Amino acid sequence: MNLLRLFRRRRATYATDPFVRVQGPAAPRPEPATSARREPPERVRARAERRLKFTAACFVAGFAVVGLKMGTIAASDAQEPRTGSRAGAAIVNDRADITDRAGRVLATNVDARALYAQPHLMVDPVAAAHGLAAIFPDMDADTWEKRFTSDRKFFWIKGNISPEQQQAVFDLGEPGLLFGEREMRVYPNGPVMAHVLGGARYGAQDVRAAEIMGVAGVEAVFDDYLSDPTHEGAPLRLSLDLSVQTTVERVLAAGMKLTDAKGAAAIIMDVHTGEIVSIASLPDFDPNERPRPAIEGDPGDNPLFNRAVQGVYELGSTFKIFAAAQSLELGLTNANTMIDTSPLRVNRFPIRDFHDYGKQLSVTDVIVQSSNRGTARMALAIGATRQRAFLESLGFFEPSPVELTEAPGARPITPSRWPDITTATVSYGHGLSASPLHLATAYASLLNGGTRVVPTLLAREVPPAQGSRIVSDRVSAGARQMLRQVVTRGTASLAEVEGYQVAGKTGTADKPSPTGGYYEDKVITTFAGVFPAQDPEYVIVVTLDEPEIFAAGENRRTAGWTAVPVAAEVIRRIAPLMGMRPDFGAEAETLGAYLTQAALR
Amino acid sequence: MRAVLYAASIVALVGLAYWAYDQGYETRATEREVAKLERRIGALHQEMSMLRAEWAYLNRPDRLHALAEMNFERLGLMALTPAHYALAEQVGYPPLAPPPPPEAPSAADWADVELGDEVDGVIIMNHVYGANAAPRVITPPTLAGDGEQLP
Repeated sequence: MNLLRLFRRRRATYATDPFVRVQGPAAPRPEPATSARREPPERVRARAERRLKFTAACFVAGFAVVGLKMGTIAASDAQEPRTGSRAGAAIVNDRADITDRAGRVLATNVDARALYAQPHLMVDPVAAAHGLAAIFPDMDADTWEKRFTSDRKFFWIKGNISPEQQQAVFDLGEPGLLFGEREMRVYPNGPVMAHVLGGARYGAQDVRAAEIMGVAGVEAVFDDYLSDPTHEGAPLRLSLDLSVQTTVERVLAAGMKLTDAKGAAAIIMDVHTGEIVSIASLPDFDPNERPRPAIEGDPGDNPLFNRAVQGVYELGSTFKIFAAAQSLELGLTNANTMIDTSPLRVNRFPIRDFHDYGKQLSVTDVIVQSSNRGTARMALAIGATRQRAFLESLGFFEPSPVELTEAPGARPITPSRWPDITTATVSYGHGLSASPLHLATAYASLLNGGTRVVPTLLAREVPPAQGSRIVSDRVSAGARQMLRQVVTRGTASLAEVEGYQVAGKTGTADKPSPTGGYYEDKVITTFAGVFPAQDPEYVIVVTLDEPEIFAAGENRRTAGWTAVPVAAEVIRRIAPLMGMRPDFGAEAETLGAYLTQAALR
Repeated sequence: MRAVLYAASIVALVGLAYWAYDQGYETRATEREVAKLERRIGALHQEMSMLRAEWAYLNRPDRLHALAEMNFERLGLMALTPAHYALAEQVGYPPLAPPPPPEAPSAADWADVELGDEVDGVIIMNHVYGANAAPRVITPPTLAGDGEQLP
């Protein structure tokens, strides 16, 4: 019964809706608890309050921790994870090394010290000034005494001092003389490759470190790459070869001395990839102490001037092969077509030859004997438009794309108008001035089988895609054969190097005088060629500025007596260094067989 | 029961706190160690780059050229020319090991041979010295004790 009541009670309905009357018997309200069983409301309230406070405190503490952490993060300096806390360690990789193609170091960094002064820390500024003047002869004691006693609080004194000098400054015992950490860019090989490397100087500097900035050459062009820490100090690998470069510079210097020339340049370039294995310009300088650019005088005589890239010269008869190759390519002639070499006047200007070559010569002989009239007649048959387009395809109308700061400034000087006389003179290399590098690129493009190459100073990891076609393979081989005969029986006979089948062309151009016209007795001689002729691997261009040599009974200035022997000696010395095995019997079979086969096609 | 639970959780708390602090100290010690190692690595890097620069400086072509010239009498180094290329056959390899000498026929083998008998062997009669001696081959390179070829 009791249980039943309990159930009924449970089922007793409570008002769920205040507006609806509860049906059924009204449940007896639970007996109100007696005051003894119930807690007093103050205590309940106090407990609830305590709990609320506790929860609030928890929240406040939680937010406070988060807030404090945020505050510390915001207030403290951001810090990158770094290798070693020594300032030097991070800076070692600050600027990457430059190496040659075999990994030999061409430019690297070493530790150095900079000296600065804080006069307000000095004990005896006068003694310090005199002491420094004794250590560094170029410092004037009185000037520095004045500076040290002035109000200024900071002076840079020396950017770079040797350890001995540092010790001497230490020995002065002056607390106001302080040393800053430095990295110094060094070029261990001295003047070798000076023009390519350029040089570096300090940019923004601080007492803890200084930024190194490239001034010229690859140092300037690849400044971003070299100072980019994401490369993790991976060196910049150039296409140049240190031993080849040294040899070229040595031989060139000797040739320059022998021929009494005032400057010389040489380029060795891979015919297929356009990689420059060696590029030399004399006189040169030491990039460790790069001289200041000269204010007066001819900038072309300054050692900083890179003759191979910046020197824009009329390159003379070396251009003749372009006219001959184009003539062959267009099908106007073949190697044996007879060309009229009788006296010729174009636009009333006579075209002169070094000798009179008689009435006519074959195309090969025009190149071998270097006849201006013959080349001019071939060029006139080609026509100005096509000649221009051909030279443009070889890159003679734009600055060389090589990675040097000087290159974009060295735009070839091309005629603005192109009348017949220009067609004639350009065909034998007058009226159009270009740098030896342009010539090397053009020779490589023409003679490597006839595809355009782009010169580069970086070692290529993968061979580049074949460039656009300039001439057919067959014309390229034909041009090589003509150039080969220039060496075997023509003007470049001194270029013969046993085993390497040099093929090339000489060029002797009168130097233009700054007052207008040409010098009578000053020339620029050039030899441009490839070797070996039957399977070309390298292009060589050697240029001498104002050479003269007493040989075979008279003073001679032509390229055949000046640039050619130098080029031959260069090839004789560098070809073995580049791992080329001399081949004493290849020529006859390979080139002959190729030409026979080509003729049958 | 409750007391045991409390005791256990306090012990666990202390244990965990000890463990956490221990981990913290260990981490800090490791960090210090790493920093020390990195400092050493940095210093070694610096030293290495210095040594590389020095190596490049000492091996600069000008200096090597001068040294080769100074020591020409001793070393005989000269510039590489096309003439220095040769065929593999021209290289003076050490001679092959001589074949083992044929067993010399001892006197006992011939003891029972009568004069006039047919023999199927060869009697080596070697007169090395004297005017009739065949010319000795003099070209084979002499080898030093360690196998190096002497001029």
